[in-house]
Formats: sequence, C-alpha cells, structure tokens
Amino acid sequence: MKTLRTLATAAAFFVGAAGLGAAQTLNFAYDADPVSLDPHEQLSGGTLQMAHMVFDPLIRWNKDLGFDPRLAESWERVDDTTMRFTLRDGVTFHSGNPMTAEDVVWTIERLKESPDFKGIFAGWVSATALDDTTVEIKTDGPSPLVLHTATYVFPMDKAFYEEGGAEIVKHGDSFASQNASGTGPFIVESREQGVKTVFQRNPNYWDTASPGNVQTAILTPIKEAPTRVAALLAGDVDFIAPVPPTDLDRIRDNDGTKLVTMTGTRIITLQLNQKRNEAFADPRVRQAIAYAINNEGIVDKIMKGFGTVAAQQSPAGYVGYNPDLTPRFDVAKAQALMEEAGYADGFSATMMCPNNRYVNDYKICEAAAAMLAKIKIDIDLTTMPKAQYWPKFDERAADIMMIGWHSDTEDSANFNEFLTMTPDADTGRGQYNSGNYSNPKVDELTLASLTETDPAKRAAMLQEVEKILYDEAAFIPLHWQDLAWGAREGVMIEDVLNVMNFPYLGDLVIEE
Amino acid sequence: MHILAFLIRRAAQAMVVMFVISIIGFSIQDNLGDPLRELVGQSVSEAEREALRDELGLNDPFLVQYARFLGNAVQGDLGTSYFFKRPAIEVILDKFPATFELVLGAVFIFVSVSIPAGIYCAIHRDSWLSRIIMTGSIVGISIPVFLTAIFMVWLFGVELGWLPAFGRGDTVTLPWGWDTGFLTWDGISHLILPSITLSSIMLPLFIRLIRAEMLEAMGTDYVRFARAKGLSTWRVRYVHAFRNTLLPVVTVGGLMIGTLIAYTILTETVFQWPGMGFLFLEAVNRVDTPLIIAYIIVVGLIFVVVNTIVDFIYTLINPMVKLPGAKG
Repeated sequence: MKTLRTLATAAAFFVGAAGLGAAQTLNFAYDADPVSLDPHEQLSGGTLQMAHMVFDPLIRWNKDLGFDPRLAESWERVDDTTMRFTLRDGVTFHSGNPMTAEDVVWTIERLKESPDFKGIFAGWVSATALDDTTVEIKTDGPSPLVLHTATYVFPMDKAFYEEGGAEIVKHGDSFASQNASGTGPFIVESREQGVKTVFQRNPNYWDTASPGNVQTAILTPIKEAPTRVAALLAGDVDFIAPVPPTDLDRIRDNDGTKLVTMTGTRIITLQLNQKRNEAFADPRVRQAIAYAINNEGIVDKIMKGFGTVAAQQSPAGYVGYNPDLTPRFDVAKAQALMEEAGYADGFSATMMCPNNRYVNDYKICEAAAAMLAKIKIDIDLTTMPKAQYWPKFDERAADIMMIGWHSDTEDSANFNEFLTMTPDADTGRGQYNSGNYSNPKVDELTLASLTETDPAKRAAMLQEVEKILYDEAAFIPLHWQDLAWGAREGVMIEDVLNVMNFPYLGDLVIEE
Repeated sequence: MHILAFLIRRAAQAMVVMFVISIIGFSIQDNLGDPLRELVGQSVSEAEREALRDELGLNDPFLVQYARFLGNAVQGDLGTSYFFKRPAIEVILDKFPATFELVLGAVFIFVSVSIPAGIYCAIHRDSWLSRIIMTGSIVGISIPVFLTAIFMVWLFGVELGWLPAFGRGDTVTLPWGWDTGFLTWDGISHLILPSITLSSIMLPLFIRLIRAEMLEAMGTDYVRFARAKGLSTWRVRYVHAFRNTLLPVVTVGGLMIGTLIAYTILTETVFQWPGMGFLFLEAVNRVDTPLIIAYIIVVGLIFVVVNTIVDFIYTLINPMVKLPGAKG
C-alpha cells in the first residue's frame, strides 16, 4: 500500500508540476464514513460530504449562505413556477462520458424515487432538458426554495449507472453504492468501508480555477473522539472533524495545530408534551419552564462555550431569524408564573433524552432537570442511546423529550414543518412535534411561506412565527450546537469550511 | 478412534451452543433499537419507514422471523449487514485476521513475560525485583483496560510520538486472502500499543498464577525427591516443577479466552483497530442486527473451538488426562 501511495503521489507530482503547483496528500479523519457511494441512498451529513468530493452540485452554498454556481453556470426564473438552469459546457464524468442536460434530468428523476430525498423534491413536478445545456424545472406552485433544493442535485452519469445498475437499495448491495461516476474533484480509488477510503484528484476536473492542490485524500473514520484528537496531535492525520468540546483548547494551544469553530445551525430543544401532561397545555407553565432554564449557563458550563445560546429555532443568517427574541432566564418570574397557573406546589413529569446523539445531550438534560426542581417540577429523567431513543421518541414516551434539528433546506420553514406545525399523519407535517403544540396561525404562516417568492414578505412571515412560538413557549430552545474542526498548520481548511459542514476539499490548499 | 468420537461430540455441543446463542440474540434484537432510524434520514416519513420495515420483514412475528433466519443459517447465510450491504459472515471473516493477530500479539507478550516473571518470583521470593513485580501486578490488575489504552495513546502516541496510535498500518495480503500486519515494520509498529494493552489484563493474573503454582510444585515430594536424587537445580526447576504448573495455567488460559475476546472490543475501539470487536461495537451503535447476531454466533463458535484445543493440550502436558467423554 505504501509504495502504491508513494508512486501515486510521485506520479501526481509530475502531473501537478505542469499545472497547479506541488501536489499534496491529505489524511483526514471523521467520526464516521458515508454509508454508501450512492448520493441518493441516505440523506445525511456523511453522504453530502462524500457527494461534494466525488460529485458536484448544480449550485452550492457559500459562506454567506448565498449560492455559488457549480455545474449550473447560471439560472433564471422564467415565471412563478418555472426555473431554467444553464449548464456548464464541456464537463465530463469520471467515466469519460460528457455531462449533459439528460444526465441532470435523469438524476432529478432518480432523486424523486429516493425515500430520503423525495420529500425535498416533492414540489418539483417536472425537469426537462430543453437542449444539451439547459434544464427547465417546473414546481407545483410558486416556490421560494428552488435554489435551496438545487444544492441537492449532484448530477450522476446516466450511461454509467444504467449500464451497471441504477436502483437505489437502502439495505443490501447495489451497483451504485459501490461504484461512482460523478464530475467531482476526486475519484474514489479504493474503499474499505469503515476503515479507509482513498480519493485521487480527477485529472480532468472542469474547475481549473480551483486553487485546490490535494492530489490524494485519505479518509479514515475514527469513531472515538480521544483517538481522533490524538491522531491529529501525533501528526498521523492532517484534518479532523468533529472536535469534542473537551479538546478545543488542547488543539488550539498545541504548536502545529489549529482550531476552526463556527456557530452551527442545529438547534437543540426540549419539547413539552401537552397531551401527556396537562400542565404543559397551560402556556404559563411552558413560559415558566422557559424562564427557569438557564440556557446561558448550560452553554457556559456544560458546553464550555461550544454553542450559541438560542431563544428561537432559526439561527442568525436564516430568513426567519428574529433579532428581537432574546434568552430569558429569571427564576423569580418562573415561580410567579407557576403560581399564577395554579401550580405553586409544582408537579412531576417524565423526561427522556438520548445520550449519544448530540454534544453533551444527557448532561444538558440532567442540568435542565435540576433547574426545573427549583420551580418544584419533579423530573423523572431517563437517558438512553439514540438507537433506543428514536423508537421512544416516535411513541412520545415521555412528557419532556429532547430533539435537535438541522434544516435540510437551510431554511426556517423546515423547522416549523417538522417541529412545530400541528402533527398530521397524512401530510407528514409536525412529524417530530412530540409536544403536540398546535396553533393554526403557525400552520397558516408556515404554509404560506412555502409559496411566497417575495423574500421580504417571506422573512416577515417566518419571523412572525418565531415570535408566536417564543411568546407561547411552544418549546424550550436551548442552543445551536457549534461546529469545530482541527487541522495541522498549513492545511488551509478555514477557506473551505462552511456552516453546513460540507468541507469543499476540492478547493483545499495545503501549503508546503 | 476416541479422538474422532471426541470431535463429533464437540461438534454436536457446538451446534447446541450456537443454536441457544442465536435464540438469545434473536430475542433481544427488538431491544437494540430501530434499525430503520439508522438507514434513513431525519425527514423520511413514518409511512415510508413502515414500508421499508415491511420489506425487511421486521414486522413479521418473532417465530416467522426466527424460522426464516434458521432456514438461511443452516445454509451458511447469517443475514446481510444493513451497513456493509454484504453477507454478515463475510464481513466478520474479513475482520477476523486483524483480531486474530492482535490476540496473537497479546498472547505472545504475556506468555513471554509472565512465564519468566512468574518463575523468577517463585524462586527468588524475597528479592527486591520480585516485590516490584508482585506490587506492579496488583496495580496492573486494578486498572481498567480502556484507561490503559488511553494512557498508551497519550504517552506513546501523542507526547513521545514513538508509535502510531490508531489503525493497523500497512498490511500484506497473503495468497489465501489473509491480510497480515506481521510482515511490515509499519504493521508491527501499529500492533505494539494495542497488544500491550490487551495483554495487560492477563499479564498480572498469569504472573501470580504461575508463581503460586510454581511455589506449590517446589514444595511437593517429587521435587524434593528429584533433588535428593542429585538432579541439577536447573532440571528440577524447569523440567519437573514447571511442567506441573502448566496444567492449571492452561485451564485458566482457556477460560480467559472469553475475557480476552470481550476486551478486544474495548481495545480495538480505542485504537481504531479494524477487527471484529470494533466492528461489533459499531454494529451495536448502528443497530445492524444481522451483524450483531452473526458476531455472537461466530464468537460462540470460537469459544467451543478454543476449549476443544485446550482439552487437547491437556493430554500433551499430562498424559494421564483423558479426553472428556472418550472411553480409555
């Protein structure tokens, strides 16, 4: 293996010397590796990270939550329900086949078949190839989220997959899960699942303006956080993610390594089930809980500053972010509200939390339970691994349940669709609303925001929803989980990282 | 002939053991969590998940599921891993060489350290070195293995930077498909920390055991008689006395294989060693039930095989011992 790698690097050096400058090898470690090489099999961070290496999206998010053209050179809105994308000319897949509008249409149709992605693409009624480089998308109504959705279109090589086998298999083997032909900056050279994946730079990559100089990228999944950190500190790997909160200082202070952190977009919340516990049906009790929980304290003490205190679902930068809403910790006020609601003597409630899903999840719940004891709410807390937790969550098995949410569309409406709209088994809305919170106004505004194409009006609607949720204490917002990456000095990860946590490794520069 | 009878009997026992294990494994699988959650993204609807669950046959009654499993199992198919999307047994066998070499490394270390140390401590009971070894072994026995592991990573991997702290390094594929790390320096250097860690659980115990057995043997009549006969001290100690300490050591060693397998799970996880133990813990985290059940069945088989080998070794060490169940 080693000789092979050396040879590859040497060969790459000669290729690279002609063009871009010295080729580099990147050894990087994540906590897991993607389930599959099929970008449509599972909607998860791991899959998308892989997709950004091996495939290329039509457009992609930039650091300011705007869109950068990738395989789509430009786009124009023809009318309220039609969007036209113009594709880059002369792009080829890893197999050598040229990428055309046909491939894009085929990819979109495949996405609509994928159990994980079909929800996102439900509003796209048709995709048509007008000519080799133009794709026209029609939506079922006016849609403000066409571009958000287009970031999920990673064109796949139609001819390659149709020959090998194109079906999406969630369990069991498939051609697409083991073989890939995209247009991306890297080609998968070898893959031993759960152990090592080796990527080689695509010699025919279309983006010749990319400063990236990584010739070989080797992904080693390292599940155990201390081992991952040790691998970076020992110099065995150049780049790791995620960095656990306990090791932030160590990586920052250590000579030769650096730390990059960002405010994340995953909101951590507690939901109060009004159907299970009648006390929670009274908004004053919910407000009392919001006042009783010191989320600033949780971020400081438990998260060691590795989080951003939240008072709403939408993080800053999202359209629905309402700057007027601020955290409210006030025990006296909480006690007064409890008294007003007729619960001066308190009551008891059950609570369930996962213990390996979110950063410090169970510690947060323990702290919250202790804080609620101060307003005489006696909490019976159960924590469990996520594998057991999710079935319990589906059963709505406790009065208070923890859930963290990251909006797949990077849009505020998504939080409401899943977390705060009235649960409805037929439409799937409110699927993760274990609190059974229901407010027609929230439902109405959220649905309206999904067809409103005027950005200003849309922002006003979504911000109003946040205000209602805040006033009624529909749920207890805790914090947005921060993101952290560690790297060796000279590996310029800060230039390719973003809040979605898709490092654009194709553009990564490693200095000599 | 009696060896054959013994083997047949053992094979029958192995079948029973694995059958029982499979029932236990199967009946706990519902408590391991919902595998669907690990297969799909967060926004997939409940109806969609239900349809997948049906497709996987997870909604069938227990007996139907078990009968189906058993039917496939007798044909050598223990199910398909949800994560690896390959037959579970194949995935496990792929990881077997890594675990086997790790265990071999650990056994090599504790045999080559515990035998000399145990004998030394028995013969030079009151020397200062014996005291250090005996005190050290008490400390060693009381440190949990994951602490040893993390300490090793920190000291040799990070602070001193002498040895790699994760993975298996470069391996060479032998003609029969076995990936070995023994043939490259990189592979061996990766093996050092994990195998020291793994041996650290057994080492103190074996030093104490060998010392105690050796002390006892040195006081027996036949040793005193051998001395009286004028045999050399060397011969008395290492041939007569030592050989008789081996029987209990092998017995305990055989029993400890189970412990060793259990500890490979911890050791492999900390060192990211791509073996069966690491695979198992990951499978539990991902609720990869077919892989979990296949693993415990394979481990059950390893137990039976190891104990059979231990019984054979008995007869080699002490010809007076008969193979269990064989008529002499």
